[in-house]
Amino acid sequence: MTPLAIDIKNLDFIYPGQSAAIFSNLSFSVAAGSRFGLFGPNGAGKTTLMNLMTGLLSFETGSIQIAGREINKNDNGVKKLFGFVPQELSFYPELTPVENLQFFGAWSGLNSDEIKQRTAELLQMLGLLDVRNKPVEKFSGGMKRRINLAIGVIHQPEILFLDEPTVGVDVQTRYAIIDYLKELNKKGTTLIYTSHQLNEAEDLCDTIALIDKGNIMVHDKLHHLLHMHGQRGLEELFLDVTGKNYRNKHA
Amino acid sequence: MHKLIATILKDFRILVRDKIGLVLMFGMPVLLVLVITKIQNSTFELVNKNKIELLVANRDSGKTSMDMISAIKKIGMFKLIHVPNEESDQQLTDRMHTKDALLALIIPEDFSVQMAARTKKVTAGALNSFGLEGGDTLNSIAKNADPVTLYYHPILEESFRKSVQGALHSALQMVESKQVLQQLYFSITEKPLSASMENELLNNQSPILEIPISRDGKRSIPNTSQHNVPAWTIFAMFFVVLSLGSGIVREKLSGSFTRLRTLPTPYWLALVSKQLTYLIVTMLQAVLIFSIGAWLFPYMNLPALDLPADLPGLCIVSFFCGWCAVSYAVCVGVFAETQEQANGFGAVSIVILAALGGLMVPSFAMPDSFQTIIKLSPLHWCLEAYYGLFLERGTLQHVVTSIIPIIGITLLFQVLIYTGLKRKNLL
Repeated sequence: MTPLAIDIKNLDFIYPGQSAAIFSNLSFSVAAGSRFGLFGPNGAGKTTLMNLMTGLLSFETGSIQIAGREINKNDNGVKKLFGFVPQELSFYPELTPVENLQFFGAWSGLNSDEIKQRTAELLQMLGLLDVRNKPVEKFSGGMKRRINLAIGVIHQPEILFLDEPTVGVDVQTRYAIIDYLKELNKKGTTLIYTSHQLNEAEDLCDTIALIDKGNIMVHDKLHHLLHMHGQRGLEELFLDVTGKNYRNKHA
Repeated sequence: MHKLIATILKDFRILVRDKIGLVLMFGMPVLLVLVITKIQNSTFELVNKNKIELLVANRDSGKTSMDMISAIKKIGMFKLIHVPNEESDQQLTDRMHTKDALLALIIPEDFSVQMAARTKKVTAGALNSFGLEGGDTLNSIAKNADPVTLYYHPILEESFRKSVQGALHSALQMVESKQVLQQLYFSITEKPLSASMENELLNNQSPILEIPISRDGKRSIPNTSQHNVPAWTIFAMFFVVLSLGSGIVREKLSGSFTRLRTLPTPYWLALVSKQLTYLIVTMLQAVLIFSIGAWLFPYMNLPALDLPADLPGLCIVSFFCGWCAVSYAVCVGVFAETQEQANGFGAVSIVILAALGGLMVPSFAMPDSFQTIIKLSPLHWCLEAYYGLFLERGTLQHVVTSIIPIIGITLLFQVLIYTGLKRKNLL
């Protein structure tokens, strides 16, 4: 049996102070080593689910296991297993790439030697070696995205959560990031990816789930789903499953 | 420890790259101490060293008014500016409006005559009571006689005006006493009072020796630097709330905070790091401001700050004051939802706590109803501890009673920080 990177069982979630449940009895799993894409229209619950899986939100009922360990805000052990690349640029712009990686490396549980080694590797791989000692605030959008990604993977996590990792970057940077993510996956990192860039997603993901109104509408290997729904691409499949109406609700 | 060092390093790097923040934390307090000390020193010198300009319109042509003017001169408090006799009251007050002087004295036309009449009456009364022939005691003084008038500019403070009034009264009393004495002497001996006897009788007052108390027996008179530098150093320490409080809010609202929450390190470590970093900042503030007070003030025509003999005690007091200030700032940062809240509440609350703490008006001068409230201000206890060292020349053991409340208030802030983090699910 393939080990699971993510295993969600009977999850219920309601935002405090609200009456309508975002998720009710939600269950699904992601196999370890896969490149999993989570897609859905605005307000479908993608960000909420991502926040629940990374421990940013807590829940009362159900279970979320990350590589076999229950996600729990107070369990630092499980947090070592995954990395997170938020959509928002999540670093200190006053610091240089090296300084950011030193700090986040330490907070990710690496020792000084590991940080040095990983910093050198990542700066080389992501093409940031020449600007390693310049404050990140002076960087272009693409360079900032690469730093955002580097921080998320510095501790070589088993599972990497990516929330719109390429938003606002040029084509070259996008390809570079996607290629790098594929490399990571080849080395065994499970990717949990969400984006509105469906072409990019089609290129990256091998397994997808379409979520709408808090429910998993479809969840399978991408090529199976395309075949089953008779669609040529992810965008057509997306519209086929979730419809063409405007979505104005908040997530 | 490795995580803590990395976090402190991160906080220091961010701090030193924030030029405006550095100016706010170091430049502004130094400027504040300089300006306040300079202003207060000018006021101090105005009262104690410089002479206050006093316009004198002597409309009397007799000798008594001249005696009165020389008695005022002798007080040494005033620089007399004589104005022409024919100048009207209106012209005199116009001069004051243009700030030629803040005080004006008008000696009325028949001052000498009236004084003589009053003296005669007092002398007659005294002689009659001795059983001697003193004469009529009912006549003499015209009911509509003009009094000596003192005009003062409204910018003068009440306490200062009272001290001017006291000085002028004493001059007037001196003149009256002299006349009564001369009159009495003459009535009894039918000889004029000799100058030496008059001097012996009138100017032979018992002196009052003023000695500031101190714990080390030093008799140096406290100056404005001793009062101001410690007080405004405390204010500067607590004003880190602007940088630290809003910094915590900024971090909470930023993407980096989202990432921090997903990492295998508890958030309290970030707050411990911030507290240590800013504690060093407050200690540096104290070192900087005290150094300027001690070594730079004399070059700026300001009295030098006399550092306490117990320097380790000063370091310990500064440490607890700094920790209290930093704890307060973190507390504001944890509870504030926006930077505007942190900045607005932080700044205003520090000014209020400073006012309550006695930084602006001495605590002893506050009304009774405030005497309990001021004890709730951490700045009050910090000031008490510093004054114990700087003004009373005490040692650490003399200010322990002030340090204990500082520690108590600091621990209260720490509990509030813990509660706030717990409530926000950050622990």
